[in-house]
Amino acid sequence: MSSDSFDIEKIALLARLKLTDEEKTRLGRQFAGILEHIDRLNQLDTENVEPTSLVLPLQNVFREDVVKQTFEDGKYLPLAPRQDKEHYEVPQIL
Amino acid sequence: MHQPTIIQARHQLKEKKYSAVELLDAVYKRIDVVDGKVKAYIHLTRDIAHRQAEEADQKLAAGEDAPLLGVPIALKDLICMKGTHTTCASHILENFVSPYDATVVKRLKEAGAVLIGKTNMDEFAMGSSNENSYFHVTKNPWDLNHVPGGSSGGSGAAVAANECMGALGSDTGGSIRQPAAFCGITGLKPTYGRVSRFGLVAFASSFDQIGPMTKTAEDAAILMNVIGGHDPMDSTSADVALPDFTAALSNDVKELKIGIPKEYFGKGLNADIEKTVLEAIKTLESMGMQAIEVSLPHTEYAVAAYYILACAEASANLSRYDGVKYGYRSGHADNLMDMYTNTREEGFGEEVKRRILLGTFVLSSGYYDAYYLKGQKARTLIKQDFEEAYKKCDLMVGPIAPAPAFKLGEKLDDPLQMYLSDIFTISANLAGIPAMSIPCGQSKDNLPIGLQLMGKHFDEETLLNVAHRYQHTTDHHLQHPTL
Repeated sequence: MSSDSFDIEKIALLARLKLTDEEKTRLGRQFAGILEHIDRLNQLDTENVEPTSLVLPLQNVFREDVVKQTFEDGKYLPLAPRQDKEHYEVPQIL
Repeated sequence: MHQPTIIQARHQLKEKKYSAVELLDAVYKRIDVVDGKVKAYIHLTRDIAHRQAEEADQKLAAGEDAPLLGVPIALKDLICMKGTHTTCASHILENFVSPYDATVVKRLKEAGAVLIGKTNMDEFAMGSSNENSYFHVTKNPWDLNHVPGGSSGGSGAAVAANECMGALGSDTGGSIRQPAAFCGITGLKPTYGRVSRFGLVAFASSFDQIGPMTKTAEDAAILMNVIGGHDPMDSTSADVALPDFTAALSNDVKELKIGIPKEYFGKGLNADIEKTVLEAIKTLESMGMQAIEVSLPHTEYAVAAYYILACAEASANLSRYDGVKYGYRSGHADNLMDMYTNTREEGFGEEVKRRILLGTFVLSSGYYDAYYLKGQKARTLIKQDFEEAYKKCDLMVGPIAPAPAFKLGEKLDDPLQMYLSDIFTISANLAGIPAMSIPCGQSKDNLPIGLQLMGKHFDEETLLNVAHRYQHTTDHHLQHPTL
């Protein structure tokens, strides 16, 4: 792995961020330093090491399949920046 | 009115030395006097708090009791309280009003707490200095030219400046412990899964934990009794019995073995911190504990592993801020893609963007194995370091940060240096263990220094017990800044 591989335009698109040219330059320079530090993990032999995604020994957590009202009706749609009384409104998709 | 600890306020309210409303008024008066300088709060919830204080007075008059009845508590502004703003110190959530209570808020309300306001933080809890807030920068009450730490810097400064009796913070890589150390207060990051995250705005879900920030270990134990315990609304909350943390405070500490991780001392550690922490270890020995050297050999890889994993989780968690269901939406967009990208460009600050980009990169096609999987494997090695060390000791002790609170602006242009300042706190989050910070002295410049206590999974009792006994023996926690 190498910090040269960091294509900021491609990553910004994947992250749905529109960066200014100045941000691209500054962040790109900072990422070079950060990735250089991260690359020290290559010193570790992890051939036979299992990955840890969560520290607790949790398996699937199930609950009874019972219908309950978690939240009050009518409290959520009004939080949207654009909505009519029944739908979220977004700019034209097609 | 002298500003009491939680335990003192509880006694004085019951003895009717003052009412809950009088105590609340005194706290708001203090905020009115000092918060123009400290800037610990984003929002005050005066009306709600006043109603809660009146209810507390009615209950006190009726002879009722509850663990926090009438006690003013502050919340970090990423914990949802119904009907109030929860901004995460971000432009993108500037106008967001929580439609429900976080589990910890529900439990605080049931315990009779008076919830006085929401404290400042680094945007989405990403930062170590509180300088990443969209709203304003919180100052360290001990020296207004220095940072209060972060990301729970508002909660840390509010407790240190006597602007509340206690507060809740959250800790993903040190965000309770480092501001507690910088502000000279007590802070506890519980075991991952000990406290429900329901209603806590997510940053990195396998690391985030809510915890108490208080003037004493005894107060932290009282808050843990209220906020801890299993919650069906958070599937990662642990279904293990909740002990009475206040009862554990009087346990004998004489037979305990404290491990001193050798990697936490030496090169890069500020001389004042090293001297003060070693003195604190001598004090613990004088209390009957036995100190032994232990090793956490993968410590130097912790920052790298953490920034891969936490940023990866953040990039996924923060994808929800898209301008559709809640939060800010850009006014400049003709199509859906531009709406997303403009909303996120205008709504997020630079550190948040930096971490979303880093997280997106390490998860992207072709780099997942080299970065994300490697980070997860390094996490296993770090976790195993702790398992090995705890075979030899009951808890570990070391510094919280390599240096005392730094100056405002000092590390702003160098994110890697800012990240590296979290070297001693990050491992506890990677391993999921409980860890706490207690004041253990001051630097030459009169800035507080914190002592870190790290425990075994679900053994907050030993940490609180040792911290409480230490605070019986020393008076570092009784020092207050002059404002």
